[in-house]
Amino acid sequence: MVREVAESCVDSLLTEMVASYCNRFYANKPELAARRIEAIGYQVGHQLSERYTMERPRFSDHLEAIKFICKDFWTELFKKQIDNLKTNHRGTFVLQDNKFPWLERISIDPSTDKVNSAEDDSLTTAENKAASTISMHLYYPCGIIRGALSNLGITCAVTADISNLPACSFVVRVKA
Amino acid sequence: MAPVAPRSGDAIFANIERVNAELFTLTYGAIVRQLLTDLEEVEEVNKQLEQMGYNIGIRLIDEFLAKSNVSRCVDFRETADVIAKVGFKMFLGVTASVGNWDAEGTCCSIILEDNPLVDFVELPDTCQGLYYCNMLSGVIRGALEMVSMKTEVTWIRDVLRGDDVFELQVKLLKQVPEEYPYKDDE
Repeated sequence: MVREVAESCVDSLLTEMVASYCNRFYANKPELAARRIEAIGYQVGHQLSERYTMERPRFSDHLEAIKFICKDFWTELFKKQIDNLKTNHRGTFVLQDNKFPWLERISIDPSTDKVNSAEDDSLTTAENKAASTISMHLYYPCGIIRGALSNLGITCAVTADISNLPACSFVVRVKA
Repeated sequence: MAPVAPRSGDAIFANIERVNAELFTLTYGAIVRQLLTDLEEVEEVNKQLEQMGYNIGIRLIDEFLAKSNVSRCVDFRETADVIAKVGFKMFLGVTASVGNWDAEGTCCSIILEDNPLVDFVELPDTCQGLYYCNMLSGVIRGALEMVSMKTEVTWIRDVLRGDDVFELQVKLLKQVPEEYPYKDDE
């Protein structure tokens, strides 16, 4: 029987981690905050990948490893698979999740009481703030993917693409 | 309409969305490790863990109250019981026990034998003085503050430091009675 905790524990922990790094430890230094959040994800991804592949033979190639991330790994974490995988067969992979659970549950709090129809600025600021909070949160799963692949012997860079919300894509660029 | 009966910790836990504890345990561990790297001083890490816990607790209380249907606790004894039996169970899936009450009933210990935060965790010698689970003390302090109880929460025993259980002392410092915005006779 696998030990479980409430999903809200993970959500609260992640939200608070991002908030602490962005607003307290590295306030006004979003680059540094982002790197730390990604680093935390990297560690988690690496350890999880180690656990989940203990009894398996090594993957034959990069594509097999990426498929593992898309299917088994993603399912362990999010109870669903990556919805769409694209590759240019030259080291770039795009993992698209149409309903990324963490994105759905991040509490972004646009200050609706400050929205004034005469001031378009405040609306844009609220939108910008929401977008940057989302971006910050996404450094964490990017780190998880990078860490997981690193455990499988693949060095890469991972970024998130939210130009097509509610879908979220993770772009993996394998370093030769 | 008759008030809804409070639900047991087990019942709530069975009905909420749950996840593999491993993700939680590893995430917590990675955060502590990163904090140690970034903040360097163990005391500072202890403080930040508590603060993060506090920030979580002040929000978690809403979810707790909504899902547990617990009505206002009559006294601090009841509060402690509810934290141990319902709170810990519905979030962490484990039950704690309460003990070591003082004569006035304002100070007790919450004892946890099983703690998902520390699965597979060992503290290296370089972390002397670290209260690894300090986020928990912050969560309790934050949650209680939102229901008008100012408390001091400190570690008495810590398995990662060689003790046999986790023991958190919760001391009620001040109870601020809730002020109703309207007088009853209006």
